Amino acid sequence: MTIATRPPRHSFRFRGRNFLALVLRPALPLTQWLGELDDWLARSPGFFNGKPLILDLAGVALEKAEIAKLIGDLAGRTIRILGIEGVEASAVDDSLPPLLTGGRTLGAVEVAEAVAPPPSAPAEKAKSEQAAGAPSPSQTGKVPSLLIETPVRSGQAVINPDGDVIVLGSVASGAEVIAAGSIHVYGTLRGRALAGAYGSETARVFCRRFEAELIAIGGYYKVTEEIESGLRQKPVQAWLDGNELKIASLDQTDKETGTWRKSS
Amino acid sequence: MAEVLVVTSGKGGVGKTTSTAALGAALAQAGQNVVVVDFDVGLRNLDLVMGAERRVVYDLINVANGDVKLQQALIRDKRIETLYLLAASQTRDKDALSEEGVRRCIAELRQRFDWVICDSPAGIERGATLAMRYADLAVVVTNPEVSSVRDSDRIIGLLDSKTLKAAQGERMEKLLLLTRYDKVRAGRGDMLSIDDVLEILSIPLLGIIPESEEVLRASNLGAPVTLANAQSAPARAYTDAARRLQGESVPMTIPNGRQTLLTRLFGRRAA
Repeated sequence: MTIATRPPRHSFRFRGRNFLALVLRPALPLTQWLGELDDWLARSPGFFNGKPLILDLAGVALEKAEIAKLIGDLAGRTIRILGIEGVEASAVDDSLPPLLTGGRTLGAVEVAEAVAPPPSAPAEKAKSEQAAGAPSPSQTGKVPSLLIETPVRSGQAVINPDGDVIVLGSVASGAEVIAAGSIHVYGTLRGRALAGAYGSETARVFCRRFEAELIAIGGYYKVTEEIESGLRQKPVQAWLDGNELKIASLDQTDKETGTWRKSS
Repeated sequence: MAEVLVVTSGKGGVGKTTSTAALGAALAQAGQNVVVVDFDVGLRNLDLVMGAERRVVYDLINVANGDVKLQQALIRDKRIETLYLLAASQTRDKDALSEEGVRRCIAELRQRFDWVICDSPAGIERGATLAMRYADLAVVVTNPEVSSVRDSDRIIGLLDSKTLKAAQGERMEKLLLLTRYDKVRAGRGDMLSIDDVLEILSIPLLGIIPESEEVLRASNLGAPVTLANAQSAPARAYTDAARRLQGESVPMTIPNGRQTLLTRLFGRRAA
């Protein structure tokens, strides 16, 4: 049997697309850095699960074999690396994740288990607009905030890569709110709030009732254990004072807080 | 108009199967046509609690796969005429259920019954999401302790995103059934209070079921607690919850499952 017509051929077209990923930046000595990573993972197990991660090696000069070992060590902690940045092209080969260049420090954290409630649709829109090459908010000066009218349930993540997040209900234990700007919670904050997630140090976290698992601003964070217990169940705000993450009751002008801790 | 109700919780051992059987029996006692469906493929229990384990021939998987007619798999309860069971398969696993098969099966059950009550497996994986997929209404079973409450919160999130209703942009109705509630321990602060649980989960309360030995006794007898001892505190609480499901307004009582000191003394003397 002969084939009279050839099946139509698809021409290969390649499209460029921007995605947003978390960047992990190891520091020397690596054993100590891995130890700190283990501490962090002990407090936040599964934090990196399913999240796209880039390894930035600009701060550490590593041989090819050392890079391979580091990626193996991370894989042992179920941290998968999507790509490497900050090294010479000759330092990576086919056995390692590909080399990435030209990264910019503005972008969203994609959480694999994120079950965005319907009201977060604007975030999706904001994201796709950004992917389509729309001017970033910093260029237009427009900072869209995201209003969530339903409670944020355990396991859900609400992410606004462009501005504030306002939650009218509560944020449950095991839920996560991530914002480029500030976070306002008018119910009880029991989960995690990561404000200024892309480096903004002027962002703040406000909540009407404070029982948070973790609060972070611009990469500085505190977990419940490190927060003065007198603030629990109170209306509080958190802000960055230099390198110090401060948390205080909204009812008082008292600015006494505990010690700070730098992330990574 | 049939209501498809999923009984779910996230956490295991909080009383999903007990509640499915008790609510199903209470609704059937009120004259409704009820089928209870066991979605816990591989770890079936509902047949035991219903006392029908010796009569299971075909199961949900057989119906979902189209091997047998629905009529062949339905097991009629021996005590109440309007109560039926569709058992789960013990020899298969949850991957054996296809979404399309479940859809067809639920659609067929809707034709025959007033209430289709799906007993969800624990967890948030395939079995649990399939059990909730085609439901109109969810009963979230929660114990007054933090891990159960957090898991229920997670399940509520899934009900708002993984169900057909949610996918169609409709609102999924969710009701809280607080089980194993012990007034004495809650009073001492050993348990979360009802207010705490309601504040965290922020969904309407369907009922409060007291912690009671009657529940264990009933499941060992192979009878829903509402049938085994209709006058017991948990049975009355389930019956009230079933009446609320039918739209009646029944005042919420906070039951005291424990015997008072006095009845305990008398009980002992009698024995």
